[in-house]
Amino acid sequence: MDLIVNGKPIAVKKKPGEMLSDLLREQLGLTGTKIGCNEAECGACTVLVDGKPQLSCIYPAARADGKQILTIEGLASRTPDDRKPNLAVDIERRFKLHPLQRAFIDYGAVQCGFCIPGQLMTAYALLQTDPDPEEGQIRHALKDTLCRCAGYPTIINAIKAAALTMRTGDHLPSVDISESEEPLEVIGSLQPRPDAVGKVTGEAKFTDDLQFEGMLYARVKRSGVPHAFVEHIDTTRAKALTGVLVVLTAEDIPGEKYHGLVIPDWPILVGVGERVRYVGDAVAIVAAESKEIASQAVDMIEVVYDPLNIISDPVQARKADVPSLHPDGNLLKHIKVRKGEIEHGFAEADVVLEHTYHTVITEHAFLEPECSVARLTTDGRMEIYVGSQIPYADRNQVANALGWSEERVRVIGQLMGGGFGGKEDIAGQIHAALLAQATGQPVKLLFDRQESLLVHPKRHATQIRVKVGARTDGRITAVETELYGDSGAYASLSEKVMTRATTHSSGPYQVPHARADCYAMYTNNPPAGAFRGFGVTQSAFAIESMMDSLAEKLAIDPIELRSRNALRVGSVTNTGQLLRESVGLLECIDRVEDEMIRTAGEHPFEPKIDSDYHYLYRAWGFAVAYKNTGLGGGAPDKAGAEVELFENGTLEVRTSSAELGQGLVTVLQMIVAQELGQSTDRVRVLVMDTDLTPDGGPTTASRQTYVTGNAALFAARTLRQAIATTFADKFNQPPESIRFVNGLVQLNGHSIPLGDSVKEMRVEGHEPRAQYEYWAPTTEPLGHGGDMHFAYSFAAQAAQVEVNIKTGEVRVLRVIAANDVGKAINPLGLQGQVEGGVMMGLGNALTEHFIVEDGEVFTDRMARYRIPSIMQTPQIYSIVVEHPTADGPYGAKGIGEIISIPTTPAITNAIYNAVGVRIDRLPVDQEEVVRQLSKNRG
Amino acid sequence: MNLWEEYHLATSIQDALYTLASAPGSARVIAGGTDLLLDLQQGRHAPVHSLVDIILIPELSCLEARKSGIFIGAAVPLQRITASSIIYGHTRALQEACGLIGGPQVRNTATLGGNVAHALPAADGTIALLALNARAEVADIKHTRIMELQELFLGPGRSALHPQNELLVGFHLPFSGDSDGSAFRRIMRPQGVAIAILNMGVWLRRADDVIRDILIAVGPGGPKPFRAKKTEDFLRGRKMDDAGITRAMDILISEASFRTSRHRATRDYRCHLAKILLEDTLKIAWERSHLE
Repeated sequence: MDLIVNGKPIAVKKKPGEMLSDLLREQLGLTGTKIGCNEAECGACTVLVDGKPQLSCIYPAARADGKQILTIEGLASRTPDDRKPNLAVDIERRFKLHPLQRAFIDYGAVQCGFCIPGQLMTAYALLQTDPDPEEGQIRHALKDTLCRCAGYPTIINAIKAAALTMRTGDHLPSVDISESEEPLEVIGSLQPRPDAVGKVTGEAKFTDDLQFEGMLYARVKRSGVPHAFVEHIDTTRAKALTGVLVVLTAEDIPGEKYHGLVIPDWPILVGVGERVRYVGDAVAIVAAESKEIASQAVDMIEVVYDPLNIISDPVQARKADVPSLHPDGNLLKHIKVRKGEIEHGFAEADVVLEHTYHTVITEHAFLEPECSVARLTTDGRMEIYVGSQIPYADRNQVANALGWSEERVRVIGQLMGGGFGGKEDIAGQIHAALLAQATGQPVKLLFDRQESLLVHPKRHATQIRVKVGARTDGRITAVETELYGDSGAYASLSEKVMTRATTHSSGPYQVPHARADCYAMYTNNPPAGAFRGFGVTQSAFAIESMMDSLAEKLAIDPIELRSRNALRVGSVTNTGQLLRESVGLLECIDRVEDEMIRTAGEHPFEPKIDSDYHYLYRAWGFAVAYKNTGLGGGAPDKAGAEVELFENGTLEVRTSSAELGQGLVTVLQMIVAQELGQSTDRVRVLVMDTDLTPDGGPTTASRQTYVTGNAALFAARTLRQAIATTFADKFNQPPESIRFVNGLVQLNGHSIPLGDSVKEMRVEGHEPRAQYEYWAPTTEPLGHGGDMHFAYSFAAQAAQVEVNIKTGEVRVLRVIAANDVGKAINPLGLQGQVEGGVMMGLGNALTEHFIVEDGEVFTDRMARYRIPSIMQTPQIYSIVVEHPTADGPYGAKGIGEIISIPTTPAITNAIYNAVGVRIDRLPVDQEEVVRQLSKNRG
Repeated sequence: MNLWEEYHLATSIQDALYTLASAPGSARVIAGGTDLLLDLQQGRHAPVHSLVDIILIPELSCLEARKSGIFIGAAVPLQRITASSIIYGHTRALQEACGLIGGPQVRNTATLGGNVAHALPAADGTIALLALNARAEVADIKHTRIMELQELFLGPGRSALHPQNELLVGFHLPFSGDSDGSAFRRIMRPQGVAIAILNMGVWLRRADDVIRDILIAVGPGGPKPFRAKKTEDFLRGRKMDDAGITRAMDILISEASFRTSRHRATRDYRCHLAKILLEDTLKIAWERSHLE
């Protein structure tokens, strides 16, 4: 059949069962078109067929016969250039970008980049038919093109700006985001991402876009049963299938048989006589010549199970008469917080309130499913290509399973289409490596969306009882909490997550007497682990709901109640930490309050009834939060970074820390540019390669700007010092007199191009690079008092909701979010984090529910697990508060998680204010709202 | 195994029917394919030998006003229906329903024929067509016949169409008169699958302040797309007033079988919503009967 792809006539053979996305990606190598779900839900695969946006994942290739196809690769015109690009600017020079692409870059609409081809193609089609769309039309056009980084407001602004440019021919209007309060030359200014050009042109390669000679395709046989002993595994038929190279089971693992980031309790493969503990457990793995053959082989593997009783929730798991899932029982950890005398605290109280809240399992739903490629090199090493949040932990765990030394394994991190905590544990890395080891051929293991949903660790479902005592003036005297966390089948990071949930469970308040007990319990549900917010999402919902109930009981304004109790400099947290600096909570509260009153008038918490539709009730709700930066709790928290200068004046900064869309690469680029007086576009960033980049530690706990940021900062300063010393000797000047400005080294009237220092240093016998291992300030374990964390971020949010009292439907209209980030290093990247964080909190409140019943996953498709879309996106107003922390780079602390935490309780508090229904169970069930409303009326 | 072996782009109704009947293995008609292809991919439908694509057949992609009424080909993409001035002018309920299905990408592909052929009791397009008294045109290798829409449905997901011998050609809808009005509304849940908890289509003809004639369709109100005939009978010939609507709500609840479906809605909630939707759609259709 003949078709025209991006203007070029192409003749291809029709293949049975082939979709347009397969044709584009596999036959034509146009990998810019992404597969996020392969079930017509996410829109990432959108291409234009005869000018109309279509989902290429369910568009039969044969139907494209005679048609014109436009993919992301066809949006920009390009100049051929065979030279290897050195910097982002070199890549950019090859393209004449479409105004939409330019706007997406400059406005910061690109984050992880995985959905961007779909966003751009859908937006392009819209502007072809309507050059001046209203915001409503943009939303409607992008209704089914999901972005989990969720910078929807910025995407809308970028499309509007591009449309204006296209209509008028004028330059792109500049983006309406403020710089940091006190910007330096680079730090605090608005910087587009270094990888943005690749991401808007389709050039950017994610793991599934890689192809190797002789590459095989892997699939995993999953247990499909939540709890059973494996009695028998028969792989004979699968092995006999033509095209199958190898089928492996537990006994074929040469090294360690378990993995796990904290406790190695997770079997790589469950063998005969062993126990499967959840439906996603792996029983066998297959490598074959094609995906289809591998899938067919997996179906031919027969496994006989002896089913066992299923433990489906953490409260049940703690009962005496249930089976033990692990040798030490079902209690993974009992976590305790003790401060003061709790009984004394309640005795002092005039009012005591107690209530129990429930949150459900939720899912990261990063748009790029997990993918690993393993490849043996000719010198006998194993390369793993993967988008992972902890490359060095992958290296260690893969090496252990292979029975090799770590040095024989190299993890080469790839662009990641979102992670949010869900790409910390091992997914397919070990399986791919075992198959590559067994076959000697490269092996790709791509999870389909269903497998991704079933297998990787989730956000913990929790039950949280909160008891609070307060004086009539609003002063809190005591908070007691009891938490149950559903850790699922394996430990993952559960203990850490639930520790964070527990220590944060009395909220960002001065509580003289606190007591918290948390039971992290093993169950037969999918494992629970890291997910943006790291446990604090759940406990903040509980305590912030309780704070509004307390305010009502005491007849105190809920903002006033929070302000009176808020942590401030000089406060002692419930773990006994004296806060000596950088506590911007009160400013966050004040500024959100001011903005809310400016928008809503004097009584934002009183319900307003729509003048036309008398069943629509609107009100605002308020919530605050805090979240630690860094690992804390006594864990050594360090990161390495290396900075190198080249003769052409360019620099490279290297660290294994992960870029998952959050913008670390921009932060590192800016820090090095700032320290060496070079422009950002002359700084390359290399991340996530265990051969080439020093260990930056896990990308978790909102730690990378602080920890790896500091490593890059000190590496850059060390290099600067070495350069200064070289010139100081040569020109006989004190090193302090030497300045680094605009790519020049300036001293005593001389201006020497920065790159020239390379030769000078080599003459002196020095290499023009510096490595630095940064150790964050020491922290204390829970229970020891002192500094459990080296920094905290703070936030306040107000949300306005509209409740339909007839149907119970809830819409969020506006969110005002203030975040104390210490220092806004890149306000453009921060904006994306704010929008995405708010949307993730909104999803947690209204749309997301990962349903597991008796260990069986009901929500095993994207169609059943709904993440918020552009249609649900409220107006988001961001306020940046900067209370610098002394040891953070330029005062910066973590921002990745804090933003998403107060959104959920702000929304549920607003619902209460609007219609008097207290949500104590997430997500909001509109049917329950109606039920409560009729109960309240009756 | 491949999801299909042969993909045939049929150029005429005869061509499609012949290919279906003569395929060496199982064969299925594919229009937009937004449901069928997912069923194939996710294993709810066994792989087939032949897919017979009907979107290029001129009669099936025709949308026009004819002497006797409006004809909508079974393979007309929903986007064209939503954007059509004929549809807007005569069958507002259908325009509203088609505008609510999927996002723009899906609407560029998905068809009304597919929506009906899947025989789901709460398909938005089907419910609107039912309220608009649409009739279906079905072809077999020998002839073409026109049938009542409801005759196409045997049960949830079970169509009366023979998968390899029959082809849904399109839908015939009556023109709308000056005193006619129609409306479609649905209620969704923000969690889980994007299928309406409840949807409703109403068409009515007024004479001064009296409902002269009325059609009401609701989904899911039973195993098949449901026409609320008792409610219609009660309202037909009555004055349009709140007392009548309140009484009609009770009749609707008693005649439709609203059920609890797991993770979606309880029977109570559906009954509650049915009342709200009845009032809403009736009032909107009534308003429109002044204007249209």
